[in-house]
Amino acid sequence: MRVAGLRKTYGDVTAVDGLDLTVARGECFGLLGPNGAGKTTTIEICEGLTEPDAGEVEVLGRQWRTDERALRERLGIQLQETQLSEKLTVDETVSLFRSFYERGRRVEEVIDVVQLGEKRSARVGKLSGGQKQRLALACAIVGDPELLFLDEPTTGLDPQSRRQLWDLIVELRASGRSIVLTTHYMDEAEKLCDRVAVVDHGHVIALGTPRELIASLGAEHVVEFTAPDAPAGTLTVETLQQLNGVRAAREHDGRWTLEVVGLARAVPALLAELSRRGLTLGELTTHSATLEDVFVSLTGRQLRDV
Amino acid sequence: MSELMQQEERPAHVPMMHEPSVERRPWYEHSLAQLTLVRFREFAREPEAVFWTFAFPIILALGLGVAFRNKPADVVKIAVVRGTPAGDTLAARLGSAKGLKVESMDDSTAARALRTGEVALVAQPDGSGGVRYRFDDTRPEGRSARFLTDDALQRAAGRRDPVAVNETHVSEKGSRYIDFVVPGLLGMNIMGGGIWGLGFAIVEARRKNLLKRLVSTPMRRSQYLASFLFSRFVFLILEIVVLVGAAAWLFDVPVRGSLLQLFVVSFVSALAFGGLGLLIASRARTMEGVSGLMNLTMMPMWVLSGVFFSSTNFPKAAQPVIQALPLTASINALRATMLQGAGWGAVMPSLGIIVAWLVVTFALALRMFRWR
Repeated sequence: MRVAGLRKTYGDVTAVDGLDLTVARGECFGLLGPNGAGKTTTIEICEGLTEPDAGEVEVLGRQWRTDERALRERLGIQLQETQLSEKLTVDETVSLFRSFYERGRRVEEVIDVVQLGEKRSARVGKLSGGQKQRLALACAIVGDPELLFLDEPTTGLDPQSRRQLWDLIVELRASGRSIVLTTHYMDEAEKLCDRVAVVDHGHVIALGTPRELIASLGAEHVVEFTAPDAPAGTLTVETLQQLNGVRAAREHDGRWTLEVVGLARAVPALLAELSRRGLTLGELTTHSATLEDVFVSLTGRQLRDV
Repeated sequence: MSELMQQEERPAHVPMMHEPSVERRPWYEHSLAQLTLVRFREFAREPEAVFWTFAFPIILALGLGVAFRNKPADVVKIAVVRGTPAGDTLAARLGSAKGLKVESMDDSTAARALRTGEVALVAQPDGSGGVRYRFDDTRPEGRSARFLTDDALQRAAGRRDPVAVNETHVSEKGSRYIDFVVPGLLGMNIMGGGIWGLGFAIVEARRKNLLKRLVSTPMRRSQYLASFLFSRFVFLILEIVVLVGAAAWLFDVPVRGSLLQLFVVSFVSALAFGGLGLLIASRARTMEGVSGLMNLTMMPMWVLSGVFFSSTNFPKAAQPVIQALPLTASINALRATMLQGAGWGAVMPSLGIIVAWLVVTFALALRMFRWR
């Protein structure tokens, strides 16, 4: 799939602003970004559901304008918010979607794949959030698609349901399908995606494998601490950045964040600096750098706040 | 080389856990059958919808049938103002009159009874040997009370009729109110089924993003719309059988014309109202929005199109508009078929109006329809 120079505005809001992407066959590609970054608009343009104002989209080597029907046969799509009819059963719903495709998988088999075998004859209205989401996935894969679009597949789910969906998506990728998914969870992107495009304000601001993106920080760890009794101005970005092993420092609401190369050197250096100034340490946490830190370092904002 | 190019064209993706099935499918696995089945399932699993479609018209017909049953000559209640000797004489004279029920009341009670419609007329001696009638001459009861009271009074005073008359009483099947109202209810039901049935279901699907989800599959859009018409077709047969059957069984309401003609008129009407429902639902995004539009469309027709009383009661100037309404045309054709046994020729003008609505609404709806 190839997308070039994509642009879409709604009124005076520019949702997608000159976006380029290439997704290779067999790859799981993630669009990561905060809500309102233009992920859904982008994926819906790729799905042929929204007309772009400008730009080109080529999916499986074809154009939406000329080959819509042929393309639809080969794609599986899960929209962000679809409420399937509550009065139908799981089996009836999947059978309905199966009937739209010339070729596809057997209904019973797909229901088993998404682990809804026991709920086969339950009404959709009686399913839990995670089960509904897996049913939506079943409807997306029943046509045996070559390319699967998943828009925020786990948003609003409890941790156990998310993990269950992740396992399903990993299996689908292992069976050779290409997958494009959007998410605002960086752990989801890290776990599922071969490559990730970080999207903000309708542009791609970083692109690469999760490992490359994290490596681009130049720091392996992130240290966060507070110094509650420090008078304003005693600690500065400059002093902290000069500490051994610290690459970058930021402060937000009295909370300091250091991007760190050598944790073993940086933490003693930080403690020494604080005690030299007679300050006490409030909290101290460290974690390995994640895509979240990449996003923060690129935009100065947290993914989850926006 | 050629192998490479083929791979470009259609990638041989890694084998799945099975081979994709392309064998011939049984009829019920075809998309049109599946979509139509969805319509039946959604309807049958909604008890309210079943009630409003089948039970409600029968209950309504029952209620109207009982309220307007042919009573042995209505008795009209009137009041005579008491308190004077002339008043008491008047009450005694009228008391034995046929078709009147006379009550003596004091002046203010009588005035209140007249205002509330409890009595149709108040008779009061005028003090100079005559009698004064007070009644509302815009009410049929008032006029007939005036006639009956006056007749009884004049006869009691010795009037003799110069012309001798004979009366023969008839009560013919087909001319009763229940006969009039059943085709009206059938037409109203067909309209409700088309407009509510399509309007709500489509807007609900759009609101829930289900329409968008469906068009993201290879589903043929025409089949989605056709599934509504197919399901309407089946429900229509049930509606006709239930309503006309119940009316014939309970009230002896006749079907004088051909059943085929009754069915064809109903079917074409159902399609036209389906088109109207589709048009109403073509762009609305909220249930509130579509409900408003539906009421705006149906309310005038409930009143004007002659469901409960003849549409010819409205002023002449409004008739061209009223007669062009689809429900008026539909009910006229249904009434002509059921009650007068009219043939195809007689219902053609009405059918023409209905077909015109069908064509126009579908053409507009398909042009305006918003799938996303």
